[in-house]
Amino acid sequence: MNQNHQTQTNQGLTAKHVCKAFGKVKALDDVTLDVKPGEFFTLLGPSGCGKTTLLRIIAGLELADAGQILTGGKDITGLPAIKRPVNTVFQSYALFPHLTIYENVAFGLRSRKFPEAEIKKRVGRRIEMLDLQEMADRHPHQLSGGQKQRVALARALVNEPDVLLLDEPMSALDARLRAQVQEDLRRLQRKLGRTFILVTHDQAEALVCSDRLAVMRSGRVIQIGTPEQVYDNPRDSFVAKFLGAANLIPSKRVPGGVETELGFLALDKEPPWEEGTVAIRPEWIRIGDEKPERNGIRARVSEIVYRGTNFDLWLEPGHLRVRTSSYKRVEAGREVWLELAPQELVILEDDHV
Amino acid sequence: MRRNHFITVALSLMTMAFLYLPLIGVAVFSVNSARRGLVWKGFTLDWYYKLFENEWILEAAWNTLVLALVSTVIATILGTILAIGMDRFPWGKRTNGFLDIILHIPVVIPDIILAAALVVAFGLLRMVSSLFEPGLVNMIIGHITFQLAFVALVVRSRLVAIGREVEEAARDLFASNWYLLRKVMLPLLMPGIIAGGMLAFTLSLDDFVISFFTAGPESQTLPLFIFAAVRRGVTPQIHALSTLVMLITVVLVVLTERFTRSKEKE
Amino acid sequence: MSNPLLSWYGELTTRNRLLKRGSLLLMPGMLWLILFLVLPGFVLVVVSFATRGAYGQLEWTFTVENYQRLAGFSLFGWTSDYLLILWRSVVVAFVTTLVSVVLSYPLCFFIAGRSERSRYMWLTLVIIPFWTNMVIRAYAWFLILAPEMPIAKLAAFLGFIPAGSPLYPNAFAVYLGMVSMFLPFVTLPLYASVERIDWALVEAAQDLYASPIRVFTQAVLPQTMPGLSVGIILTFVPAMGMFVVPDLLGGAKYMLVGNLIQQQFGSSRDWPFGAAISMGLMVLTMIGLHIYRRKGKEIEYV
Repeated sequence: MNQNHQTQTNQGLTAKHVCKAFGKVKALDDVTLDVKPGEFFTLLGPSGCGKTTLLRIIAGLELADAGQILTGGKDITGLPAIKRPVNTVFQSYALFPHLTIYENVAFGLRSRKFPEAEIKKRVGRRIEMLDLQEMADRHPHQLSGGQKQRVALARALVNEPDVLLLDEPMSALDARLRAQVQEDLRRLQRKLGRTFILVTHDQAEALVCSDRLAVMRSGRVIQIGTPEQVYDNPRDSFVAKFLGAANLIPSKRVPGGVETELGFLALDKEPPWEEGTVAIRPEWIRIGDEKPERNGIRARVSEIVYRGTNFDLWLEPGHLRVRTSSYKRVEAGREVWLELAPQELVILEDDHV
Repeated sequence: MRRNHFITVALSLMTMAFLYLPLIGVAVFSVNSARRGLVWKGFTLDWYYKLFENEWILEAAWNTLVLALVSTVIATILGTILAIGMDRFPWGKRTNGFLDIILHIPVVIPDIILAAALVVAFGLLRMVSSLFEPGLVNMIIGHITFQLAFVALVVRSRLVAIGREVEEAARDLFASNWYLLRKVMLPLLMPGIIAGGMLAFTLSLDDFVISFFTAGPESQTLPLFIFAAVRRGVTPQIHALSTLVMLITVVLVVLTERFTRSKEKE
Repeated sequence: MSNPLLSWYGELTTRNRLLKRGSLLLMPGMLWLILFLVLPGFVLVVVSFATRGAYGQLEWTFTVENYQRLAGFSLFGWTSDYLLILWRSVVVAFVTTLVSVVLSYPLCFFIAGRSERSRYMWLTLVIIPFWTNMVIRAYAWFLILAPEMPIAKLAAFLGFIPAGSPLYPNAFAVYLGMVSMFLPFVTLPLYASVERIDWALVEAAQDLYASPIRVFTQAVLPQTMPGLSVGIILTFVPAMGMFVVPDLLGGAKYMLVGNLIQQQFGSSRDWPFGAAISMGLMVLTMIGLHIYRRKGKEIEYV
């Protein structure tokens, strides 16, 4: 039908000042974000943070109380789900149990009365792409979790949506399969060059898949950026702890740095607060026998946790976690020198909310 | 599989015997050639042949079937629509509570009270229309009244089990109202509708009280016929009739089980 | 500042439009239930205060006489006849339910302990009497208790009954009939719960309490409560109003409230009194269910 559909559909998505309340609970509180064309964008947050609500509003399954949703500059806020150039992979996949895999994938085209020949062509292409040829005539209940997920993907993608929405699509898979599927999904998105928006509470998933991600909490977007940006420069202690592990150190501003329970720590920048928190990732702390030049701290190893790829050492004072891959015969109870280098310390702004 | 204590096994077998002994007794005496009394005189199927010559019984069987079929069809349609209306719309708490209470009335009041209420109501309605003379129409109305509630409860639980995600997925895939109903809702709901219909049908066959209270002279059903006959004394023909009805029940139960089990597997 | 539009199951519409469509769907079924269930119920209440005319017709002079009569007051003083029948109905329904529950537990454990194939066979064997018309099942007892059958002969031999007479009509026959009638009503819903029992909890209880009674009340009963409740309601309610079994097996000697009601709408043609008895039955049933719900909650928290 439309041969150039493929190129046209590479659209981004914009949400402007979206608000949504359920009774007295504010599910979304003035959310604004801009997803670029062809981007893999992730909404990351704990359950109840509003990420699924935002996804449902984009899909047209929920209406915002206020704000706008645009795809490719076109306002779709007032359009019903069936008129939106957006398709969804549901959390439970929501496959039609009474239809075969082929019929499931063909559903969106059939409901729009595409000619059967065109349907066959398109469905065939998606089924092949997601390696479902052998299951085309089976019913969903005969499939494994991973296969169901691929059917759900094919069923959404066959409609060539401007934006593909994925609502925690891996939560039903077991841990080992999940890691594999995350990479597959990433590759698929690269290959298609289509805009994907993924909702998840799994930080590892967000780091693996996303071009950019938005961390959400209590209906608000706290930080948007590439995974590296957000990981290296978490905005506040919530982001620091939710994305990876972090040592949070309560601090008081003094000239040239901060005063903490570990003593004085020099900083590169001046914190914008009088009292606040600085953070450092466990793997950024260096451990040694000699006193480092700056920000050296004498600490005692209280516990050692073996994690396969690395060791986590717990140290006192400050209940610091240090992650190290090379293990230099440190025993519990020994005193060591830690270096919390100024360039590695992140100044958090916890009072921005 | 867990092992049972032998007392459990013995008690269970005794309970099953307690359930089946009387029924088996009836079946045995239905092929006894003795005309009177309960002494074994040899095997015969005569009593069964005679059933099919007895016009009263044939008419009662016909009435039973008409009553069950007509009431089931109407109750299934009304109950299904009612269940959809209850489950798929944003009713407030009060409306839901009210609907729920009405639907559960037939479950928590003895059927004889419904029968009494219908007798009185039909008695008054008779002043308006002769349609409400005791008879098949009244029996059908009575049966629909309790079947309807059960069908609605069964179909509603199926609706709840289907959940909303499948419907939303259909919307997300551009299905219009009509397409959604035809291609998704009805096929998914069908097992529930059929289960509800089967329940309604068996409830109608199983009923005695409502029929007894609302029947007229022209509208004997098999249970009514047997009840009246027993009070005149037991005869081999009644044994045969009862056995036949039991056999039909067995067939219906086995078919229903087969159906629900095959659906469960899906 | 809420949006007048809403997305309902993915459909863009307004609440008013939805409720209009919903009302349209509710209408036929609800109209039917109101017309033939709710209104007749109210009529029954009204009639219970009406008077019986000389020829059995209704007369709209309102009185509480029917209820006085039910309580035993009449022109000739006070009798306990009707109250006794009401009380007996409650006792019969209670005992029937209790015996059905006691017999159902071992049966359910037995069925749950079979292999999957034979489990379905045993279940089907319980379902068949469940769906067999109760007139036929009562009639079957009528046959089994006949004087020519071994049970009656044995009873006669032991001197319980005169030789050559049947084992009915009497209380014993009524109980036999009632229990066999309602046993599957408890077994089937109870089985649904027994099948889902978490045996680890039972084993833990066996480790901790040892006494079988404690194991039952602490580990088995709470887990089977949902099915048990359905079974108890399904049995107690119809048992209260049962009249086929007492009619065939109890006769005039062991009347229950169901027979009394049937009499008023049948041979006596006294609708107002029949309506009043129905009200009495309804109240007793509701009280029974209420007590059960309160007791049931206590059990769950033991």
